[in-house]
Amino acid sequence: MDDTEPPVFTSPGVPQTSFGAAGRGPRLLSGSGRGAVAVSTASTIVVLAALAALFWLAPGSAAVRHTFFNPQDMWHSFIGDPRAGYYSVGAALWLNIRMFLAAEVLILILALVVAVVRQSVSPVMFPLRIVSTIYVDVFRGVPLILVIFAIGFGVPALNLGFVSTQSAAVYGVVALVLSYSAYVSEVYRAGLNSVHQSQVAAARSLGLSQWTSLRFVILPQAVRNIIPPLLNDFISLQKDTALVGILGAIEANKAAEIYSDTVFNYSSYVVAAILFLLLTIPLARFTDHLIARDRRRRLAGSPA
Amino acid sequence: MSTHRAHPDGSGPAEALRIAGLEKSFGPNLVLNGIDLAVASHEVICLIGASGSGKSTLLRCVNLLEPISAGRIMLWGQDITAPGVDQNQVRRHVGIVFQSFNLFPHMTVLHNITLAPVKALRTPRRQAEDEARALLSRFGLLDKQADYPDRLSGGQQQRVAIVRALAMHPQLMLLDEVTSALDPELVAEVLDVIRELASGGMTMLIATHEMGFARDIANRVCFLADGQIAEDAPPAELFSHPKDERTQRFLRRIIDAGRL
Repeated sequence: MDDTEPPVFTSPGVPQTSFGAAGRGPRLLSGSGRGAVAVSTASTIVVLAALAALFWLAPGSAAVRHTFFNPQDMWHSFIGDPRAGYYSVGAALWLNIRMFLAAEVLILILALVVAVVRQSVSPVMFPLRIVSTIYVDVFRGVPLILVIFAIGFGVPALNLGFVSTQSAAVYGVVALVLSYSAYVSEVYRAGLNSVHQSQVAAARSLGLSQWTSLRFVILPQAVRNIIPPLLNDFISLQKDTALVGILGAIEANKAAEIYSDTVFNYSSYVVAAILFLLLTIPLARFTDHLIARDRRRRLAGSPA
Repeated sequence: MSTHRAHPDGSGPAEALRIAGLEKSFGPNLVLNGIDLAVASHEVICLIGASGSGKSTLLRCVNLLEPISAGRIMLWGQDITAPGVDQNQVRRHVGIVFQSFNLFPHMTVLHNITLAPVKALRTPRRQAEDEARALLSRFGLLDKQADYPDRLSGGQQQRVAIVRALAMHPQLMLLDEVTSALDPELVAEVLDVIRELASGGMTMLIATHEMGFARDIANRVCFLADGQIAEDAPPAELFSHPKDERTQRFLRRIIDAGRL
């Protein structure tokens, strides 16, 4: 801090939480210059060292390290060995990624439909409004794992031919879509509400129909406002694909479980955890980036 | 475009707009309480009155943005408040410009102007863009065509909003306090645009607080009070010899505030 800085009203020794310099979004590292970087680096090292020491010195440390962090087991579970009776956790992650991508697209569509129906005012839409409201209430209220059970075991039991003979992954995706669309439709709704009524008036006053106004004027602005919360839900969706393993689909978590059941070592779960982290962290950072960019744009774009 | 087509039915009656017994209430709040007003083609009417006197509500009713509670609104002899009227069709003939511009912030100036002609009138995009550029250059805004609204000054935004309404070739323009949100030095550029429209023969209904402007441009000035048109007279008469006691009080306050 140089002497031209404004006064600081925190007592010495209390770390200041800073949300970045003006015009920037929240950042992991912030503060003024090299001094702040040095301090944050040092404090990070101290904290991590303390945690490592605690872990290392705990009475059961050796056993935990052997069961959870055994490099050999981690490697074996990562590459898999069909002859030994277990799958590759790394290869199984590909199923998580495919389920995530399929669910994501379907959620974006279904949630939008539900949100638009719930926002409609026309009396003709009344029955649909009721249905979509009940849908959102139910699927937001029932735990995802129960939805997965219900779809994954219930639909095949119906013996409905084609519908009842899909793979566990397909039922898993259906359950994820049903559950997440209920949440995401509320995000969309918040976005639609965030667009000022005067924009609707402007669009309608030009003779644009309700649908055209929604499509070209309201929705583009709404979606822009909700990209961060939308991505937040998708980060959550990425890891919730692991729940589909309970239906028997060999995704990363299920592969890790099979490994641990076969070899009696839990290191495979740590591998799965690391893989999920590698998957979600880029999306989390991307979300931060978008939030920061949006903030900058808003500050720069205030009317002249 | 300053070509003034007669009404679509070709007959082109002199009366553009007739409002009869118009009432509008928001809940228990009666904002318009029996408005009667006739506007001839090419006539410019200014609506004045205190804030909350119903000027904006009246304009929004004419554009069908507000459902009316009672009465009738006739455009070129057709009742636009009758059931079964295509509201979108009516609005394509009636342009409205708002106090707060209401440009679409996610679209460029050119796109703001061409959206409605392309989507509502099915004008080919190229033709709509050519027409939009012609309008922009007429009002000195051609160099702004690729800009987003937040890059423009308030005056420029409001001129773009006027151009956006004009791109639909409206036969009646409703201006709702279009200079009230502007910094004082930006008011003139917008008023100049409106003067040009008036000299081109555009029929206009203008809600305004700019008394000097109203006196210059209006064929008639209507003073709104208590949800009714308390006085309706040519500007020279209304500003010099107001008859209604409420008009007199209102104008005295305006004069005391140095606004006339």
